[in-house]
Amino acid sequence: MKALVNELKEQAEKIKLGGGEKARKLHTSRGKLLPRERIDRLIDPGSPFLEFSQFAGYQLYGKEEVPAGGIITGIGRVSGVECLIVANDATVKGGTYYPITAKKHLRAQEIAMQNHLPCLYLVDSGGANLPRQAEVFADRDHFGRIFYNQAVMSSQGIPQIAVVMGSCTGGGAYVPAMADESIIVGKQGTIFLGGPPLVKAATGEEVSAEDLGGADLHCRKSGVTDHYALDDSHALHLARKAVRNLNRQKKVDVTIEPSEEPLFPADEIYGIVGHQLKRNFDVKEVIARIVDGSKFDEFKALYGDTLITGFARIFGYPVGIIGNNGVLFSESAKKGTHFIQLCCQRNIPLVFLQNITGFMVGREYEAGGIAKDGAKMVTAVACASVPKITVIIGGSYGAGNYGMCGRSYSPRFLYMWPNARISVMGGEQAATVLATIAKDQKAREGKQLSEADEAALKEPIIRRFEEEGNPYYSSARLWDDGIIDPADTRLVLGLSISAALNAPTKKTSHCALVF
Amino acid sequence: FVKCASTTGSHIIKKILIANRGEIACRVMRTARKMGVKSVAVYSEADRNSLHVAMADEAYCIGPAPSQQSYLAMEKIMQVARVSAAQAVHPGYGFLSENTEFAELCKQEGIIFIGPPSSAIRDMGIKSTSKAIMSAAGVPVVEGYHGEDQSDECLKEHAKRIGYPVMIKAVRGGGGKGMRIAHSEKEFLDQLESARREAKKSFNDDAMLIEKFVDNPRHVEVQVFGDQHGNAVYLFERDCSVQRRHQKIIEEAPGPGINPEVRKRLGEAAVKAAKAVNYVGAGTVEFIMDSQHNFYFMEMNTRLQVEHPVTEMITGTDLVEWQLRVAAGEKIPLMQEEIPLRGHAFEARIYAEDPDNNFMPGAGPLLHLSTPPPDSFTRIETGVRQGDEVSVHYDPMIAKLVVWAENRQAALRKLQCSLHQYNIVGLNTNIDFLLSLSGHPQFEAGNVHTNFIPQHHDELFPAKKATPHEVVCQAALGLILKEKMVTDAFRDQSGDKFSPFASSSGRRINILYTRKLSLLDGENIVDITVNYNQEGSYSMQIKDKMFLISGDIFNEGDSVYLRSSVNGTVCKSKLVILDNTIYLFSPEGNAQIGLPVPKYLSAMSSVGMQGGAVAPMTGTIEKVFVKAGDKVQIGDPLMVMIAMKMEHTIRAPKAGVIKKVNFQEGEQANRHASLVEFVDEGSESK
Repeated sequence: MKALVNELKEQAEKIKLGGGEKARKLHTSRGKLLPRERIDRLIDPGSPFLEFSQFAGYQLYGKEEVPAGGIITGIGRVSGVECLIVANDATVKGGTYYPITAKKHLRAQEIAMQNHLPCLYLVDSGGANLPRQAEVFADRDHFGRIFYNQAVMSSQGIPQIAVVMGSCTGGGAYVPAMADESIIVGKQGTIFLGGPPLVKAATGEEVSAEDLGGADLHCRKSGVTDHYALDDSHALHLARKAVRNLNRQKKVDVTIEPSEEPLFPADEIYGIVGHQLKRNFDVKEVIARIVDGSKFDEFKALYGDTLITGFARIFGYPVGIIGNNGVLFSESAKKGTHFIQLCCQRNIPLVFLQNITGFMVGREYEAGGIAKDGAKMVTAVACASVPKITVIIGGSYGAGNYGMCGRSYSPRFLYMWPNARISVMGGEQAATVLATIAKDQKAREGKQLSEADEAALKEPIIRRFEEEGNPYYSSARLWDDGIIDPADTRLVLGLSISAALNAPTKKTSHCALVF
Repeated sequence: FVKCASTTGSHIIKKILIANRGEIACRVMRTARKMGVKSVAVYSEADRNSLHVAMADEAYCIGPAPSQQSYLAMEKIMQVARVSAAQAVHPGYGFLSENTEFAELCKQEGIIFIGPPSSAIRDMGIKSTSKAIMSAAGVPVVEGYHGEDQSDECLKEHAKRIGYPVMIKAVRGGGGKGMRIAHSEKEFLDQLESARREAKKSFNDDAMLIEKFVDNPRHVEVQVFGDQHGNAVYLFERDCSVQRRHQKIIEEAPGPGINPEVRKRLGEAAVKAAKAVNYVGAGTVEFIMDSQHNFYFMEMNTRLQVEHPVTEMITGTDLVEWQLRVAAGEKIPLMQEEIPLRGHAFEARIYAEDPDNNFMPGAGPLLHLSTPPPDSFTRIETGVRQGDEVSVHYDPMIAKLVVWAENRQAALRKLQCSLHQYNIVGLNTNIDFLLSLSGHPQFEAGNVHTNFIPQHHDELFPAKKATPHEVVCQAALGLILKEKMVTDAFRDQSGDKFSPFASSSGRRINILYTRKLSLLDGENIVDITVNYNQEGSYSMQIKDKMFLISGDIFNEGDSVYLRSSVNGTVCKSKLVILDNTIYLFSPEGNAQIGLPVPKYLSAMSSVGMQGGAVAPMTGTIEKVFVKAGDKVQIGDPLMVMIAMKMEHTIRAPKAGVIKKVNFQEGEQANRHASLVEFVDEGSESK
């Protein structure tokens, strides 16, 4: 496991650099700060930054590398207010929007919307990536959705602040234009619906970028932007002031207790979990290394013990934890349902520690109504409106993914450990299933499948499942909000809960299925 | 209160007026309070919030800041004395302390002047008279000419008789004004002329005296005390040789290297001098001493001296108390043989001044002020507190640091240690200079004389060296930890106290937070790369050197300390962060590290975005003050514009050089029109 974590950090340090050395040099030579430096100066000095999906776009476009998807998103405190920050990385293909860039931007907005976090857009982008325009423009969850979200969030009272630190061309012009308040950097930022080349093509007018949409124009004449900044640091300083003027107060609607460190060191998780998914580990050992004072008040300890449920605190915040200690049976599913209902009733955020091969199969269990019991748990998970946070700490297979609040169940945040695997079923099971079908087919034809043939049939399937079930594959496609170091789980959960508690409490109304 | 009923002419002093300010006013009030005597303060408008006003039982404003209209305004002070029914006036030092007229005025009003009779002040105030009196009384005086005949020939004749080099001095002179040295007959007349000119200007009297010039002399003075019953005693000598700008800077008692026999002779000569003028109260007889310990009378100061505390420390006396008792008609509390001499004392005068700039006096706010903890062997005589201002109107002395120990070596150690703990931010002080002065081997050896500073100039003013990188790292740590304190304070007042977002851990997901800091060491920018390590330490890199830094901030007394570990070496220093500057004070040395002011704070103004000044509204240019090529400071007026029947002064939005003035007088300028352009700083610096 330690090796997996080291690899994770190595890769992340590479992604931290953004685009190539040449692009970075060009960027800084203009007096501009690199996107991560911008974020560092925007957030409160020395405060943590919960970055999402560093591996977005990882090995997604063949030879084209798009580190972090060309956009950095995350949550940080600005003037004491937890804010969602979206920063284009102009050193990556000029900050243009690849399909994954748009997806990551939208996901960030979704997080802001769900958790009522003010949005700060540090814009420095050439707009849609033209060669891939078909994949970013037309569909519902494409580029245009960004501005739709801005309008909707603003109407919901979620502040939208744009800082124009580079170009904002075409549709991109709407980011500052649709923002509640906008700042532009003199001689760097430009905003226009059509850039100088397009203007020339359309009307023959020749005009410089600065005259067409520079800071002077927009602060003095057009009024598109509200604040004029001398440079990046000034713009970020103004953005911090803008946040201070939001008059926003986080009202935490849960009880808070003094935070305590766990009694056991977090990096012991490496040894407990190992890297072999087939080796079982006790999720309670993991919980002991995550929660305050390693104190876990287990619920229904003696019933349905393949699902562990109980109450604890993380950084003083109350949480209900659901973790897997084996396959789900009817009892475990019913226990899970009961516990989720309790947490909803008590307004306690839910944490799912997912390591699940699925629901138990077999005649006895089908006869016991496991489908319905499983459905009850899935329903409870779907309907629970308390903040839900999922960490995939091992396998995530089949319906188990649903019952344990997979991506489709809209957890506020979903993270993966580097050892995790996610797929509809295990690679070997899938291969065996397919081999069995092939065997049956051959049998119907009166033929036999040789062992060599069977192995040849199974091998690519296993390999494919292994590749596609890999967390990097998942994270590259934004099926999660990031791969995290297991030792950081407590911190990431603490930050996530803190962010989630910005949203006002919503009462859960249960649907008919749940008793 | 002071009472002396047994002798004739006794008075009861229940209330005194202190016709002074600053530390001496506070000093007098402390003793008055101890003795149950009420004190009345007077103050100028500039001193309204001063410590001496706060300490007094009553305080009266006597006019505007300039001394002429306040602390030197005798009539106003007498008026306060009458109104407050003070029985006595303590003049302190300076101001009216040696003013015959004032002493007379007090006498006429029936108010006790705490000082000698006016006749003594007058006699001692004129140098030639005083020397004549002393000479007649058998006190050794410097060979010289103090005659009436002021002709060039006569003066030259006497100079020859005395023998070159000679000192030419204004008869009414003081403070080094109207004073010249002639090394040979050749330059005598030039020097004489020059001295006369200066004396004329300063004292409106160009009468000169000629004296033997003693090379590298020591300045040794004897504290004397007389009473109204004809008694006079001496309280041993002080050495005040080390001077800058002819003013004392560090004083000690007793004089180093002076043997008991010389000491006795000095004391007896001083008493003789005091008796010669029927001296009453505290006085100081100044002698010049050569390397063979021959001493000659110089002058007598008819007041309590600035440096009196060193005498108090070695004799265990309170001279202000003695002054009050003697003024009330009592006898001197101790007989000569009852006065002890114990240990050694130093006084260092802490001034608002710039030693690197010829000790140019300074003024300004005391943004941060922390002192060594006072105890019975460490006195801090001051009239200011943190937040007070050192005013341009008065003497720039901030405090006197007085220490005592069993012997000179121990006292000197204590002085240095205390100076290290005397930390001031806000204005230039001579503290660092006092440290190098008191730490000089020749000073430690007691080889002091009035030329000490010029002679050892190079060692006392070492060239400024770059701050060691280790110290820059400490400053960076101080800054980071201070930020953390601010964050913690914010967190503690919020309802969400344990959110990890409120920590200052700098944590990032899967990567380390690398922070680039730029600090200023003098004019030089030092770039530091700070990595926030997971366990709370910091890896700092300056150029290609790495430092592992950790530490914490804690409070001790009123001060904030930084405990830092740099590559395992732990050190403790006082930390002050004010006005974009980090100050570190530690026994290893003090450091001052600046934070570069961001461009937007230095250059930004509401109208200055185009790098120049723009018209706030449409109007007519009335006046233009600048032309292309002019250098201006931020806020300097550039133009006056008339608009909407109002005059608007257009001021420089930043410091810089004018590139172009776009409008002439009488021209009309539109709103937002650029009036004056500046030379682009960026293009200039590249």
